[in-house]
Amino acid sequence: MVKHFIPSTLAEALEFISNNETKIISGGTDLMVQRRSWAETPPKFDKDVIYIFNLKELNYIKKTNSFLRIGATTPVSDVLEHQDTPKLLKEAISIMASPALRNLATIAGNIGNASPAGDTLPIMYLYNAQIKLENKDDFRILPINEVILGPRNIILENNEMITEVIIPLDAFTKTNFTKIGGRKADAISKVSFTGALNVVENIVEDFRICFGAVGPTVVRNTDIENKYQNISLIELKANISNIIKDYDEIVKPIDDQRSTKEYRKKVALNLLKDFIQNI
Amino acid sequence: MSKIKFKLNNIAYTIEENPSVRLLDILREQFDFVGVKEGCGEGECGACAVLINGKLVNSCLVPLGNVHNQEIMTIEGLSETKQGQILTESYSKEGAVQCGFCTPGMLMASHALLSENPHPTEEQVKIGLSGNLCRCTGYNMIINAVIRASKDGEGLW
Repeated sequence: MVKHFIPSTLAEALEFISNNETKIISGGTDLMVQRRSWAETPPKFDKDVIYIFNLKELNYIKKTNSFLRIGATTPVSDVLEHQDTPKLLKEAISIMASPALRNLATIAGNIGNASPAGDTLPIMYLYNAQIKLENKDDFRILPINEVILGPRNIILENNEMITEVIIPLDAFTKTNFTKIGGRKADAISKVSFTGALNVVENIVEDFRICFGAVGPTVVRNTDIENKYQNISLIELKANISNIIKDYDEIVKPIDDQRSTKEYRKKVALNLLKDFIQNI
Repeated sequence: MSKIKFKLNNIAYTIEENPSVRLLDILREQFDFVGVKEGCGEGECGACAVLINGKLVNSCLVPLGNVHNQEIMTIEGLSETKQGQILTESYSKEGAVQCGFCTPGMLMASHALLSENPHPTEEQVKIGLSGNLCRCTGYNMIINAVIRASKDGEGLW
């Protein structure tokens, strides 16, 4: 018999997961669909379940120094409305699912679910977000690309919970987020592009590119990015075909029910081209 | 089984239930609030929309465990409010109801939108209702109904 637990404090929640192999439910927008059964019968869970969505301790957004700290149960609708949320993250959230979904969905849940098409994930990769994983005795903070190991696979131990997402508020002079889906609302990405650039006195000090839904995890490559940093903006634009060639080699999408590998690759590279041309 | 306490349309309840059961099923089966419809069952159509603490959510995605100590309002509760009545009249005056299956969810989404933004533009109405599918009306009458409600219900939201 699976046990169900509705904690009233974080300490209770961490205690429960330390003693039981547990599935952690926050807003439920992914899990309630994945475990869905026939109408009028409960979703099927093979492990104990803990319901953390109403844990007040994890529902917060704080800016400390140059970091935005988002508690794990904070719905993305609150992140969208917060004054310190970076523009790119607001853009990704504003076209994520629908208003009703945004009142339930969380960034921590997006990470926990680790879908290749997770809407906020490219933004997390682009900002080098740090993820706090906590157990009842200790915590560790890891970069997003070390937390997500593959589709639906993250580094979380059985006794751990994602408790906080920490976003360094780096400055960019030009950003773009574009999601391609079958419908404006409630669509899962066929492909997404996120680009950010910081140009100071005509020198490209920072250049970051992420693609979503074209690989097992978000595609970001800092070796390619480094090649095009500390050059002038004119040089960057002159290198457009080299940049596209570099990304052509690492963007390796697959066919699935939402799109084809050819379409995904073509669109991903076109979005990159468009971003650089319009700087 | 867990003891779950919540307020539903302003009445307090405590029930013994499996917390993973969908709120949608509890509302329909135990409380007979069948205005809450199941369309897709995966959060894409909005027919099962209700308010939790005033926020619009799809009740097919909400495990009962997540409403412990929270306040729920369904279309049955909204209908008894002034806002609900204005919305109902606006929908009927604008011909915004055909088969009616999406209507309870549409009304909940309309109310949630007007609560946050009492004078929405047409574009804002479209965004506010973007999670609710209607296969009959073509949406124009629904959008007009929300804009009419924002005028006829001036001061209510």
